[in-house]
Amino acid sequence: MGKYTEEQLEKELETQEYKYGFVTDIETEKAPIGLSEDIIRLISSKKNEPNWLLEYRLKAYNAWLTMKEPEWAHVNYPKVNFQDIYYYAAPKPKKQLSSLDEVDSELLEMYDKLGISIDEQKKLSNVAVDIVMDSVSVKTTFQDTLAKLGIIFGSFSDAVQNHPELVKKYMGTIVPYTDNYYAALNAAVFTDGSFCYIPKGVKCPMELSTYFRINEAQTGQFERTLVVADQGSYVSYLEGCTAPMRDENQLHAAVVELIALDDAEIKYSTVQNWYPGDKEGKGGIYNFVTKRGLCEKNAKISWTQVETGSAVTWKYPSCILKGDNSVGEFYSVAVTNNFQQADTGTKMLHLGKNTKSTIISKGVSAGGSQNSYRGLVKINKNATNARNFSQCDSLLMGNKCGAHTFPYIEVDNKSAKVEHEATTSKIGEDQIFYCNQRGIDTESAIKLIVNGYAKDVLNKLPMEFAVEAQKLLAISLEGSVG
Amino acid sequence: MLSIKNLSASVDGTEILKGLNLEVNAGEVHAIMGPNGSGKSTLASVVAGKDDYEVLGEITLNGKDILELAPEERAAEGVFLAFQYPVEIPGVSNVNFLKTAVNDIRAYKGLPPMVAKDFLKMLKEKQALVELDKKLSSRSVNEGFSGGEKKRNEIFQMAMLNPKLAILDETDSGLDIDALRIVANGVNKLKSLDNATIVITHYQRLLDYIIPDFVHVLYDGKIIKSGTKELALELEEKGYDWLIKPEMAQ
Ligand SMILES: Nc1ncnc2c1ncn2[C@@H]1O[C@H](COP(=O)(O)OP(=O)(O)OP(=O)(O)O)[C@@H](O)[C@H]1O
Ligand SMILES: [Mg+2]
Repeated sequence: MGKYTEEQLEKELETQEYKYGFVTDIETEKAPIGLSEDIIRLISSKKNEPNWLLEYRLKAYNAWLTMKEPEWAHVNYPKVNFQDIYYYAAPKPKKQLSSLDEVDSELLEMYDKLGISIDEQKKLSNVAVDIVMDSVSVKTTFQDTLAKLGIIFGSFSDAVQNHPELVKKYMGTIVPYTDNYYAALNAAVFTDGSFCYIPKGVKCPMELSTYFRINEAQTGQFERTLVVADQGSYVSYLEGCTAPMRDENQLHAAVVELIALDDAEIKYSTVQNWYPGDKEGKGGIYNFVTKRGLCEKNAKISWTQVETGSAVTWKYPSCILKGDNSVGEFYSVAVTNNFQQADTGTKMLHLGKNTKSTIISKGVSAGGSQNSYRGLVKINKNATNARNFSQCDSLLMGNKCGAHTFPYIEVDNKSAKVEHEATTSKIGEDQIFYCNQRGIDTESAIKLIVNGYAKDVLNKLPMEFAVEAQKLLAISLEGSVG
Repeated sequence: MLSIKNLSASVDGTEILKGLNLEVNAGEVHAIMGPNGSGKSTLASVVAGKDDYEVLGEITLNGKDILELAPEERAAEGVFLAFQYPVEIPGVSNVNFLKTAVNDIRAYKGLPPMVAKDFLKMLKEKQALVELDKKLSSRSVNEGFSGGEKKRNEIFQMAMLNPKLAILDETDSGLDIDALRIVANGVNKLKSLDNATIVITHYQRLLDYIIPDFVHVLYDGKIIKSGTKELALELEEKGYDWLIKPEMAQ
């Protein structure tokens, strides 16, 4: 038997296929390619939207036309041609599905491949799933159970039809369309996403989950998620993302808005596994996402993310700690490999008194990838007794990758306490040999070591997804050690 | 059990082991002593399969050539090394680490993973054997362990993996007097007619507890003297000079 060397591992991992890279053959209905006011009107009418929403889209579009693509992030990629994208693609039939039997069999097969057999999920785990493929929400489970508690959970489009007052009241209040280039684009062309409202005092009894999938070629995915937790309520929400392998780059520009009213708590977890491109750096998803949450008095928002996919990621889930005693948390593991580039981090804006924030960011870079943490902690002048603790760790595998940390701290109140710790380490050959000597091969050793490194963050994920996330970390690590 | 013939090992052209021979039979305990830097840990690493070295010669385990095997394959064949400097693996619990190790070795032998219940039972038994604090097995592998705790943890792992050939590299250094006795007792209890133990040590004291069948002196990459346990006493008294001087005169 030959010796299993690190080079062999490197090879093996490089050729390891992206497990979710299949294309499902489902008939779709697409809008013509490109972007214009007409396309936006078409999307809006397809979705039978009220006039205020069309107006909102058009205002966003006009704002977008005047904006420039941001270039400050530590990423490098060919410019996106926004006229070369389909902005609307919906699986047919798109009539409302009321039972599983009505779901297209190809779709069901796809769910199985994704490891989310809805039927199974229904029986086994206490998770309500909303699945968004390309642009349209295709199936939401557990809706009835949730409805009994007054919880609204389903597609954004449904919410626009059934609860327009809630959508109108909250949409765009946290991430206005003027916020940034991609947020403006999203506001103009978003096609679906998830909406969730938890009424006063209700603790949502199950995990709510949205599964996003890009299937069609040349389509962009622009979903919007809006989660409103009314006073004293609690919800834990998870989103998962996959896409087929394609040679061209595809754009994903989502907006997520969270609103935690007084004494409410939102836990928002993401397991992002968009197609990262092949080992030469060809193809892959551009993931330009704006995520932000607002905390009113005594409210708490936790962002937990496991980012393993995408060719380029640009993402900073943030908290506006407006209410006194509110708490913001950001726990992140970002893995980059081959030619992946990630520029991710968070912003914690302390406005209220006694506000607290915690940031734990764990980057893992392998291959020739670039992994940057960018974080802002801002303590406003009225935020007496604000506290922040930040810890940013980087783990490097091999010599060709890069890890970068850009912490920005702005303090305008003397009573603030802000702590920042950063470490950079390498997976040691001695650690690998130690594992080998105990009978653990190099590949499993790397899995163990990386999962150990990321444990503080993985522990924050809902149980049901922690295992999946661990597997993902292992799969996405291609590259040398030492 | 273990047969080493004319073994040499070099790093970047510098020879560290220089034609070493050693025969260890099942049921035996061998002690290896020798001055700092003589190559004891290198010998242990080479047997375990660390790939930092250019290796020539022959190492067989129960007749099987193990030089061609990867370290994890050697481990699965029954080689265990208690490290002189145990490595920390942050965030990986001892239990998870050992579960992975036990099951990977079972997989190598074509056995299914161990049932959780059986694994826990074994874990408790072996913990008791080396009187390991329960808290340590749920903590991350060696992270923040005291020097002595690390050494004891090595023997705990050895107990869990039940090796054919155990090499203990200075397991006694860093242990307090009670711990030394406990660890030595553990090693003795694990001894059988089917396995063999090599203890690398600087101190005769350990050999009062783990009684060796043979004692070897390693010097400058070679075994320059072999004897029975009395040799260790002699070394304790006289040091190494009397052995080295004639060697150098040659
Ligand atoms: N990877 C390596 N690279 C360079 N030199 C090495 C390497 N490994 C061992 N050596 C050298 O080989 C010699 C033998 O080292 P080794 O650790 O085997 O000694 P030892 O007998 O175990 O000593 P001690 O009693 O101090 O533990 C030393 O001079 C050491 O510096
Ligand atoms: Mg040594």
